[in-house]
Amino acid sequence: MTVSNFPPTDDGEPVSDAIRTEPRRPRRMARVGQTFAMFRNGKSIAGLIILAVFVIAAVFADVIAPYGALEKDFTALKQPPSAQHWLGTTHLGEDVFSQIIYGTRGVLVVGLVAGVLATFVAVVVGVAAGYVRGWRSESLSALTNVFLVIPGLPLIIIVASQYDNPSIVLISAVIAITGWAWGARVLRAQTMSLRNRDFVLAARANGEKLYRIIAVEMLPNLTAIIASSFVGTVTAAVLGLTTLAFIGVIPITNLNWGTILFWAQQNGAFPDFWWWYIPAGLCIAIFGMALSLINFGIDEYVNPRLRSAGERARAMRKKGMSLTSGVTAVRSEPAAKSPSSVEIEEDREPARP
Amino acid sequence: MRFILRRAAFYLFTAWAAITINFFLPRFMKGDPITAYLQKHQSDFNPEAIESLKTLFGLDEDKSLLQQYIDYWGLLLDGDLGRSFSKGLAPVTEVIATGLPWTLGLVGISTILSFLIGTVVGSVIGWRRGSRADLVVPFATFFSTVPYFWMALIVIAIFSTQLGWFPASHAYDKGSVPELSWDFIGQVIAHGTLPALTIVFASLGGWILGMRNMMITVLDEDYVTVAEAKGLHPRRVLRRYAARNAVLPQLSSFALALGFIVGGTLVTELVFSYPGVGKMLLDATNAKDWPLMQGLFLVITMAVLVANILADIVHAILDPRTRMMES
Repeated sequence: MTVSNFPPTDDGEPVSDAIRTEPRRPRRMARVGQTFAMFRNGKSIAGLIILAVFVIAAVFADVIAPYGALEKDFTALKQPPSAQHWLGTTHLGEDVFSQIIYGTRGVLVVGLVAGVLATFVAVVVGVAAGYVRGWRSESLSALTNVFLVIPGLPLIIIVASQYDNPSIVLISAVIAITGWAWGARVLRAQTMSLRNRDFVLAARANGEKLYRIIAVEMLPNLTAIIASSFVGTVTAAVLGLTTLAFIGVIPITNLNWGTILFWAQQNGAFPDFWWWYIPAGLCIAIFGMALSLINFGIDEYVNPRLRSAGERARAMRKKGMSLTSGVTAVRSEPAAKSPSSVEIEEDREPARP
Repeated sequence: MRFILRRAAFYLFTAWAAITINFFLPRFMKGDPITAYLQKHQSDFNPEAIESLKTLFGLDEDKSLLQQYIDYWGLLLDGDLGRSFSKGLAPVTEVIATGLPWTLGLVGISTILSFLIGTVVGSVIGWRRGSRADLVVPFATFFSTVPYFWMALIVIAIFSTQLGWFPASHAYDKGSVPELSWDFIGQVIAHGTLPALTIVFASLGGWILGMRNMMITVLDEDYVTVAEAKGLHPRRVLRRYAARNAVLPQLSSFALALGFIVGGTLVTELVFSYPGVGKMLLDATNAKDWPLMQGLFLVITMAVLVANILADIVHAILDPRTRMMES
């Protein structure tokens, strides 16, 4: 997460906002488009598409799943994948494919609730810690760091195990409590760097109210980081949830991918009945990868160097130069035309192990 | 000096916060299971043990909260974490002491390995940006999101059940006793390879990606351009100029990710039946052994804190700026 170290490229947009507030109101569509600009790149779109598939599966589970999640068919126990059961069956004849479809619901709900809760806390604590100064900022920062350092999973396990039947909301809340700190830390750093930018100073000089400065001037510049911390929290929440379900801390009534793996392990699916445990784990990994892809897209939007690095290197290699060796990178455009430097470059190359 | 004091203050504060959370956790929960257990097994305990359990779990309600808190600290400073219900009422500290070395060895070695490999691979990929090395990125992404426990199951299925190269569970062969002999050390290595592989693979992706992104950003800095313009050996530029600066944020995220990694490794231990604190914690959870759970949480948190301090020290060694923050 390189986000924290680099101020985002604020396309000059907020500045112009602060200076001429009245004349340019319209073009709301354009503004909405700008808000989603961070998703307008190959990686983010790929991630969003994968995510959409999971969301559709969760919403229309009743239609898509060929069987009920717990529908038992005692004539087909531990069957390998076939035309009737695409991903085979469990020890009770339940259809694994249907279980995975229904399990998506549990995963998405917890991921969403935990993500929203944690992001809310992160924004409140992070922006406040970044905006205020002195001991208040320091103490909020110390609080954030404490939550970063304390290992989350053991804490969740201990809290969840105190309840006989923890509800979804409780599980999400506990995951959120242990997961907000990273976002808050990144947001604090970014807010601190925004605090002294000209447009914020101008807004303050205009006598704008604190909530307006934060909501109108600063938040638009934080959206990318908020989005990325939301996505990160959802990833962590899904991993946390499936882990908890796998070790059996969460009641099995909450069906999710982790529960499937829990049953698989409890009933000796390893290693022979691969159709029972491979798909669920793959789903977790693919879901996490989709979220990471979205986050990479946001990262590249925030930090353009990441975006262009590969392209520039490829462009230079086309010209017969190597980016990784000495001189060439420095004289990129003008010197590229003089053949001598290129030759020298190529002469030197083999000498370097 | 000021830097050291600030960090020391932070760690003291975090340690205090963790202990205080540990103090309040059982007090927010209903203490019934403890009371029920104590009533059922009253004869097994000596009065002293009952007293300390009451203090640990907030059952001495006739005392004020402040008095409870002071008593609690007194117990901790005595090294008394109560008695473990599921391990024949042995002192919790002794029970934890049997598991801690295994976890420290396994998690410590594999995490450091993973960090080192990931950082080196990441810096090379970042250095060779735009080349075929970029193909590593999607794989790293995939592996960084695979859950530890699932990876563990797959690794067992492949290397233990199918190929039979390594044993699938425990830390040493059944029937042998921990001792300092070549035979025993060999067993420990054989049993530890698979869990270590799991942890290395599951956490490697994150380090590769983090280091690659930092390298790409650093390589655009002017000092790298200057170093190249001076005609320095590319390997020197890579190591002393680019990688050395890129590794600093990597190190900070190492410290911060430790809490997360520890969570994953706990479950890895469960899958491998590795006798460390992670399996102990999950066993304690299933057995409703509250004192052991509380003690383990405290010990795990403290271990993560110590690891953070070590990461801080390495950071200070690598980055002279942190040492010179005199201003």
